[in-house]
Amino acid sequence: MTEKTIYELSQPGRQGVRFPEPDVPVQALPDAFLRTEINLPELSELDVIRHFTNLSKLNYSIDGGFYPLGSCTMKYNPKINEEVARLPGLAHTHPLQPSITVQGNLYLMHTLQEFLQEISGFYRVSLSPAAGAQGELVGALIIKKYHQINKNDKRVKILIPDSAHGTNPATSSMSGFNVIPLPSDERGNVDIEALKNECDETLAGLMLTNPNTLGLFDENVEEVIRLVHEAGGLVYGDGANLNALLGIIRPGDVGFDIMHFNLHKTFSTPHGGGGPGSGPVGVAEHLAEYLPSPIVTIVEEGDDGTPPLFDFYEPKLSIGRMKSFYGHFGVHIRAYTYIAMHGTKGLRDIAEKAVLNANYLMAKVKQDYTLPYDRTCMHEFVVEGAWEDIPDVHALDISKRLMDYGFHPPTNYFPLIVHEALMIEPTETENKDTLDTFASALKSIAKEAREKPELLHGAPFTTPIRRCDEVKAARDLVLCCWIPE
Amino acid sequence: MKTPDGLKYARTDEWVKLDGDEATIGISDFAQDQLSDVVYVEFMIDEGDAVNKGDTVATVESVKAAADVIFPASGEILAVNEDLADAPELLNSDPYEKAWLVRIKLDDTSELDDLMTASEYEAYNADRE
Repeated sequence: MTEKTIYELSQPGRQGVRFPEPDVPVQALPDAFLRTEINLPELSELDVIRHFTNLSKLNYSIDGGFYPLGSCTMKYNPKINEEVARLPGLAHTHPLQPSITVQGNLYLMHTLQEFLQEISGFYRVSLSPAAGAQGELVGALIIKKYHQINKNDKRVKILIPDSAHGTNPATSSMSGFNVIPLPSDERGNVDIEALKNECDETLAGLMLTNPNTLGLFDENVEEVIRLVHEAGGLVYGDGANLNALLGIIRPGDVGFDIMHFNLHKTFSTPHGGGGPGSGPVGVAEHLAEYLPSPIVTIVEEGDDGTPPLFDFYEPKLSIGRMKSFYGHFGVHIRAYTYIAMHGTKGLRDIAEKAVLNANYLMAKVKQDYTLPYDRTCMHEFVVEGAWEDIPDVHALDISKRLMDYGFHPPTNYFPLIVHEALMIEPTETENKDTLDTFASALKSIAKEAREKPELLHGAPFTTPIRRCDEVKAARDLVLCCWIPE
Repeated sequence: MKTPDGLKYARTDEWVKLDGDEATIGISDFAQDQLSDVVYVEFMIDEGDAVNKGDTVATVESVKAAADVIFPASGEILAVNEDLADAPELLNSDPYEKAWLVRIKLDDTSELDDLMTASEYEAYNADRE
């Protein structure tokens, strides 16, 4: 460990703050209000500053280097987003203020709803879900309520292709549905015959990640949607991979009923450190009244001299609230800024460059790595991180070795349908030089795997902490906030 | 990869050992190898529960993935292997003996008829490698 924990740095009696002498009589706190077991570290201000500054330098971030973590869309987050989010008129507002006093915030949210509707082809959008997985939960709960209201109690199963995001089956299961996995065909599309076999009166819906986790656009998407609709089910779109579609295809036009957006992926708000994310949900017209509240609407039209008056409303059949207050407003501001800065042509350009970058990198990487589905990819692609003739080398070894070359590893072992998967998403914000350097690192590693496999098995060599024991970490949980005496 | 004779195997990688109308269920060596190091086992059922073919016995979580173990037949739970909660690594080291998951009393042993023999299961796995 290059940096001790703050408890290890603690010295009894060391102080960070000196209070002034009291100018009123000293009054002892009653014993009932005193705790003895609190165990806080004792450090000076400088100790604390150095500790956290040193820790921050150990971080890997998109501002520091290439971050090809598949399906996470680790694009650069333009700094103007941060400038706008810090404007005092936005940053100093409070969610308990009367809505009449925060009309600017409501205008921004209303416009963002309209932006997202225009981008996706959906009829209405609710901004409140806190992140992608919560957006999915909203979708599953809407499907559930829709069938309840239509008195279709038999509709208990949700179909999930095996190329979907892992959160899709978890969400459906959490919502009380039976989860039925659907296989992929040899081109990586949903297996249509398997789908037909499941299209019956118990079908509640299907959750489709498109492009899927193989980075492939489902070539039969319209037929998949038609079959589910004909059987009386609804189709949920996982919008996590929307970056590949911006300005080219609108999921609402293709026939999806519901979709969540990941503002923190597609619309460039920071999400490397665990959030906060934001997962607005869009729906087709027939589901508009099911959306979670609150939604921003115009309650009084304006004219040339007066702006419109905005307020919140709750849709009539709403599944309810998913989040306190109004969702992650700070993230809404950043996404709004990003969309406004790019405009319609700029958004399409994002998708085109993201797809071009992924295909360029894929063409280079497949010289040395097996590409299980050899098709034009969308914004990401999946290769096998293993070779038949070197059985001792695994995807994990390749990823760890990439860290020695200065790169954040790609997603490992997902999707599960690819043996030793490495899932690589370069995003549109990387230039050709970076892609070339990354591709040549992967090429060198493939060579090392044959000639000096010990370099892969021992990697990483250059990081502050060498290879972690993931098994021990998962089996032997030590979750406490201080060092036991 | 070991595939002992005398056991029956499901396409979802469970093994079943039949003794009269009682059956012991576990996961195959192939399954544990695909999962890699198992770190957690959570049982979805308790002793005495009535279960249906297709229900989930347990969720097995490894450093790479989580997988459901599925009942290949209906019946009543006679015993659950509690040792696995503290020693999930047994699923990696001894999948056919110490790491059995549940014992059940079967409603109808013919429900196991569509399972595979050891040699059929080996052929099935060869296709999936």
